[in-house]
Amino acid sequence: MEILRASVGLLAGLLFGFGLALSGMMDPARVLGFLDVAGAWDPSLAFVLAGAVAVSALGYLLVSRMRKPVLAQRFEIPRNRPITASLIAGAVLFGIGWGLVGLCPGPALVGLTLGLPQVIGFVAAMVVGMLLHRFTAAASGR
Amino acid sequence: MSTFLSALAGGALIGTSAALLLILNGRIAGISGITAGAVMPLSRDTPWRWAFLAGLLLGPVLYRLAFGAWPVVQLDAPWSLVVLGGLLVGYGTRLGGGCTSGHGVCGLARLSPRSIAAVATFMAAAAGTVFLVRHGGW
Repeated sequence: MEILRASVGLLAGLLFGFGLALSGMMDPARVLGFLDVAGAWDPSLAFVLAGAVAVSALGYLLVSRMRKPVLAQRFEIPRNRPITASLIAGAVLFGIGWGLVGLCPGPALVGLTLGLPQVIGFVAAMVVGMLLHRFTAAASGR
Repeated sequence: MSTFLSALAGGALIGTSAALLLILNGRIAGISGITAGAVMPLSRDTPWRWAFLAGLLLGPVLYRLAFGAWPVVQLDAPWSLVVLGGLLVGYGTRLGGGCTSGHGVCGLARLSPRSIAAVATFMAAAAGTVFLVRHGGW
């Protein structure tokens, strides 16, 4: 089962990475153009999220009729917990970082393949940020 | 292909990836969560995460095979912003429990109120940041 789940992971990653490359999301210049609502706004990237959400919603519709996933014992879908201050604070920090550079985690990782020094530096800093959160969360007992 | 059509097609492939991972493995295609779980595992549940990340890195190679060129990546930000942005994205996505894929693609698809709030917040924060940088005289 583990090897099958890993194969699904590989295939899903490949589809995701190819999709990001095709969509234009890998290009920070275009992402910043999409976020620049007050400038020469380029709305095309809204179609990436629209297409992704539409197809992924079909998946959820199908899953709502399944008792368990094909290759695992149970679905690991986040429970609908309340909207917390840390959710909003995290989203604000993420949004600022995204707006400063034009890279979010998926396009940044996929961009590693092209070997640009800035993309590699961004991913390194991103992993440090994740570790920082892990340590501060552990220190505060969460 | 027009930019709108390639954006829509790319998005549909991303949605297909998320649906496959959910139906077969029962997992959410959240990139920040998958990365954090691969780099600092809390459980033994890591092989599929590493496989997913390997597939992700092969995405541009498949693109190159299909279209004969690498996808365009133009990153002009100075190093100070690159590092600051990376730190904020890494810390913020863990504190907020997701990024554009987990809250965006997967969360919006299941109409999660938390994800809708997160997406509205990070889109507003990102657009506000771009506004300040480009039009705010920074």
